[in-house]
Formats: sequence, structure tokens, C-alpha cells
Amino acid sequence: MFKGGVHLKDFKEISKNENIEGFPYPKKVVIPLSQHTGLPAKPVVKKGDIVSEGQVIGEANGFISSFIHSSISGKITGIENCLLPSGKKSLSVIIENNGEIKKNSPIYRDWLNLKPEEIINIVREAGIVGMGGAAFPTAVKLSIPPGKKAEIVLLNGCECEPYLTCDYRVLKESTFDVVEGLEIICKTVSVNKACIGIEKNKIDLLPLLKKSFENIKTDLKIDVKVLPEKYPQGSEKHLIKSITKREVPSGGLPIDVGCIVFNIQTALAIKKAVCEGQPLIERVLTVSGFIEKPKNLRVKIGTLISEILEYCTGKIENGKKCIIGGPMMGINIIDKELPVMKGTSGILILPEEKLTQTYQPCIRCGKCIEVCPMRIVPAEISRYAEVENWKVCNQLNVGDCIECGCCSYICPAKRPLVEWFKWAKAEIKKQIASG
Amino acid sequence: MEKIRWAPHIHSKETISTIMLSVIIALIPAGIVSVYFFGFYALKIIIVSITSCVLSEILAQFVFRKKIKIYDLSAIVTGILFAFVLPPKIPLFMVALGGFLSIFLVKELFGGIGFNIFNPALAGRAILLASFPVEMTEFYPPFYYKIDGITCATPLVIIKEKMSLSLPTLYQMFIGQRAGCLGETSVLCLLIGATFLLLRRIISWHIPISYILTVALLSFIFKQNILFHILAGGLILGAFFMATDYVTSPLTNKGKIIFGIGCGLITFLIRMKGGYPEGVCYAILFMNILTPLIDKYSLPRKFGGKR
Repeated sequence: MFKGGVHLKDFKEISKNENIEGFPYPKKVVIPLSQHTGLPAKPVVKKGDIVSEGQVIGEANGFISSFIHSSISGKITGIENCLLPSGKKSLSVIIENNGEIKKNSPIYRDWLNLKPEEIINIVREAGIVGMGGAAFPTAVKLSIPPGKKAEIVLLNGCECEPYLTCDYRVLKESTFDVVEGLEIICKTVSVNKACIGIEKNKIDLLPLLKKSFENIKTDLKIDVKVLPEKYPQGSEKHLIKSITKREVPSGGLPIDVGCIVFNIQTALAIKKAVCEGQPLIERVLTVSGFIEKPKNLRVKIGTLISEILEYCTGKIENGKKCIIGGPMMGINIIDKELPVMKGTSGILILPEEKLTQTYQPCIRCGKCIEVCPMRIVPAEISRYAEVENWKVCNQLNVGDCIECGCCSYICPAKRPLVEWFKWAKAEIKKQIASG
Repeated sequence: MEKIRWAPHIHSKETISTIMLSVIIALIPAGIVSVYFFGFYALKIIIVSITSCVLSEILAQFVFRKKIKIYDLSAIVTGILFAFVLPPKIPLFMVALGGFLSIFLVKELFGGIGFNIFNPALAGRAILLASFPVEMTEFYPPFYYKIDGITCATPLVIIKEKMSLSLPTLYQMFIGQRAGCLGETSVLCLLIGATFLLLRRIISWHIPISYILTVALLSFIFKQNILFHILAGGLILGAFFMATDYVTSPLTNKGKIIFGIGCGLITFLIRMKGGYPEGVCYAILFMNILTPLIDKYSLPRKFGGKR
């Protein structure tokens, strides 16, 4: 178990029992060419082109980049710079649905006969990225750097953010496929030990998972670890710590301690890409919070959030706000004409909080230090960040912050700690870049 | 115009006001008992102290053109704590003056809540003790107002001056039936309040326990009565309510333990060898100065950092 973290009311009962529902084909999609860590994809289509569902519209531009596919069939009405939920802009392909459903026929493959390089290539061309939020290209993760060795593959089924239930539903409804995806991953990185980490509130999945292990075709040994409900249990570093007791060194990667971590939906996407030749063009997300019809929806990438909200009859009244992602790390949006991306896990309608509209000076209560899972000293860093002294912020290890939000959550003075730390990190990066 | 809010989008309900309110609630039992033992005048002292602190805070924030932030209740906490460390028959103008100095000089001149170096209530007491040494050391026995009061030495003074007076029993000291400052005498009531704060996780055990254990251990080593030293003077009030003041004590648990041990050492040193019979006030003030230094050397090992 890791030190720190906070216990949150999970609000998962709102959408936990809603079956995954296929969202109807949207009228229009906006598909950003930069949905992942690394360089944006290079567009390979132009305005006026007719594309079919699953067709490549952007090619990976370098090693750390990803392929992008059209999620519907239709006509490209523009390739423009569009706003993303993060507030950044990205070149995006806008496709208008022409009412046809044209798909490439599936390619059935037996993964047991595929070499690791072939699997990595399939994953790369299917445009698969980490679907937990960071959207790191999965093919890069599967290519173990020389000199390193993976010992165990972890599947992250914690979903520790309140409200979100999409990973839970996927694991419940597609248990066999997810476990097969995990098997494919393990074969690719030649590891025969895997562990699925779930939080205690998903304990009902245990028999399902155990049953699915009977289907394992390789010599893989899978373990399920039921972890206490504590945010941020689903953080990669803390999941590794909880399961293997190893600490990823500061500035290092999980592979440095012999671990690789995958999200539930990423494993499913890998299985679909390898066994059926399906590129990553849809994902499951949770629509929850103060909304009339909470749902878990399978949505085409690029669908506009406004269209989804309309479908769930979610009006945003005064005093409510719309969040993309979870309540702890998600992004508040005002413009609803933004697209769903590969890393979008939820759309939430939450009440505005009066408490946080002003903040007070730090009273040094030390609660932020107690809850910080990275064991840095938010109270102290915030005092320097407030006066823009980035140098001391850096010395106090602000760079180790994972932006989980525990400190801001607990702070009795309601100081926007994480906001300052993000800013500090960006400024430090800028200074390093300029020498 | 809607404003974009930054993550996280949910927050705990705890605010500075709720924390301060809890501290006020925790201090109420000891306050009631002090009025019971030391009469209506004790209540007057508490009310004058709170009023003076609150008004001084408003004045300071007005003079320094800051937002008036009385609603954080911190001035009320200082007011109660300041009254608790005063003798039971102190003239009221001194109370008012002390309250003003605590807030204006010790707290607001250093930047207000979160920025003061010294515990305001204790620093206020230290200033008064230097300014009015006679009035600040005139103690009265419990129920003095009924028996036409004559001054009476506190248990620690009796020990220090090797007086031939009889000491109160340990039981009397536990419930608070002894001479002393208003709020410090009833250990029982202070412990009730402290338990409340510990359970609500407003304070942690680190400072009070390391503080009290240090005093106990030193009493044992130097062949003193351990229970007497824990119950006497302002140790319990100081350990649970003064030394745990967030602003002036270290941030980390490791630092808090160092802080507590330091307070214990100095308290015992003053009690045994100092010019004053009691050392809690100066021990905590002295350790307040060391807080930034302790903080600097007690940072936790970051996740994934070198062991």
C-alpha cells in the first residue's frame, strides 16, 4: 500500500448498473490529429475526400506518435485547427456523416502464430494509445528498450476517480476479451506473470475474472489483487507500489522496476486490433453526475460532447459545470462543441462549489503533506509558486507532482495547489528549454 | 460569464473556519470549569480577551487595507487561548492590551493568519509577564471569591520556592482544583477537548505525546514525581492546544516529534533550573523560532527518491 491519498465518496452507484450502450452514429465528427503523447499525426486525406469507417486519415509522425483513423464513413468537410478539451489547439479532420456505413472487412488473425514485432506493428497501425488518460502510444510501451526487462504486466482496473464506471463495465461485459488482450500483451513482451488490480468496490468482478482465466492458452499466470478504495490507487506508480511494493524511481519509468501497466480498455483495443483487425475508433465513456439519464456509452472518437449531452438529456443549469474526465483530474469545459478523444473517460455534470471561489493563506496544517502520494511538500511549494519563485519550487521537487489533486481536495484554505504546480512545472520546463 | 474551474472539481468540506470552530468547541469544557472555580470574573476575562482580539484583527486588517477576515474565527481562538493563560484576577485593561498585542503585533504585523512566527496567545502572555510581573504572577485558590480571597501559590511555585505549603492532591490537580491560570488547571476538561480534536483529526498526536513523554521521561531520570509534572502548570494546555498551533509548528510528522521533544526539554529545564517556576510558555515560543529550521531538515523522502 502506498502512503498518502484520500478517501472519496465514489458516486459509482449512479451509473454502475447501466449496461454499455452503443451511441448512434454521430452527424459529424471532429478528429484531432494530436490525441496522444508525442508528435501529431500527419494528415493523409484532404478536404472533399470520401472516407470509410476505419480508414487511416493520419499517419504516425515518428516513433512516439500514433495513427489516426476515421470513425465514421462520410465526407471530409475541412481540416482545421480546433480547440481540444485541454485548451490547446490541434489540427483536426472534420467529417460529415453521409448516412452510409462503409467498413473495411475484419481481418481475423490467430495471435498465437504472430511474432512480437508483428503484434507491435498491428497495435501501432491500429492507432492504439493508453486509454486511461495520458494517451501514451501503446506500441512504444510494448517495445521494451534494450537493457531493460519486463517481469510483470499489470492491468489497471482501479478506476479510482469517483463517478467513472466505464472500465468497470468493460471489464464486466467483455471479461474474456480483456483477459485475452492481456495475454497478447504478455506474449508480446515475453512475460509470464500478470496481475489485475481492482479496487474493493469492484469485488463482484472477481468470480468473472477467475472464470476467464480458464481460457488462457499460454503459460501465463494471472493474479487478481483487490486493493483498498483509496484515491489515487489507479495512478500507475501507486498501482505498482501497491501490487509489487516497488517504487518507480523519481523521473523513471515503470519498466525501470520491471513493470508495464495497461488500462482495461487499452487491453480490449489490443485484442480487437490483433484478432479482428479493428483500429481504435471508439471507446466507452461514462456520462454521470447531475444528469437525467446517466449512461455508459460506446462512442465514436470525434463525437461532439454537445451531441452526447443531448442524448442523455443533460442540460447544464445555472450553478452546474461540465467536466471532461473524472472530478479529481478532469477538465472543466464551457464550449460543448469539443470532441471525444481516445483518452476521454467521462463526461460529468457537477455542481459549482461556492467554497473554492476564493482562497486563504496557507495555515500550515500539513494535511496536504499527509495526503500527497508522492510525498512532496505542497504547502511549502505553494508559498513559492504563489510568488513565482520557480527555482525553489524545482528544488522542492514540484517536478515529481503527478497532479492527482489530493492536496487541493483536502486543503482547508482551498488553495488552488495543483493549478499552481502545473504552472510551475510548465515554467520550469520553459526555463530548461531556454537553457 | 462562466469561469473555467481547475481540477480537482470536488473538495473536502473542511475549511479554516470549521477547524477553528472545532478548536473553540474543544476549549468550552475547560472554560466552563474555569468559571466554576474562579468565578464570574473569569468569564469577564474571557469575554474581554475575545472582544479585544476580534476588534484588533478588524482594526489591523482595516489599517493594512486587507479584506476583513474575521469569519475565519482564528481571532476568537486566540482570544480564548490568551484568556486561558492569564491569572484569575488580572485587571481587565491588561487583558484588553494583551489581546491587542497578541493580534496586532504578533499576528497581523507579521502578515496575518499563516505568517506569524510566534504563537499569538503565548507571545501576548510573555509580553504581559515582562510588563506587569506582579499582576501576572498573583494566583488565587479555587473559590477564592467565596472565601474572601488571599493569594495562593501555584503547585509549581510551591515546589520551586520549597514552600512549606501543602500541595493539592493529584486528583485535585486532575480535575482542576488548584491555583493557576484560568484555563490550564482542569486537565480532565482539557483532555476531553483534546480527544475531540484528535478524533476529528484537527490535531495529530505527534506534538502533544512527544512533548508530554519527554517531560515524563526527564522527571523519571531526575527523580521527580512524574504525574505531578504532567498535571502541574500549563503542560496539558500547552501540549494539546498551543504547541499544536498549525502556523507556528512544523509541517511534517517527523518535524512535529522533534518539536515536541524540544518543547519538553526546555520546559523541564526551566522548571528545574530557570528563574520562573513554569516553562511551557517560553519553551513553545523558543521552539516556534526553530520551526523553519526543523521544517528544512525534516522533509519526507519523496516517492521514488533515494533511501
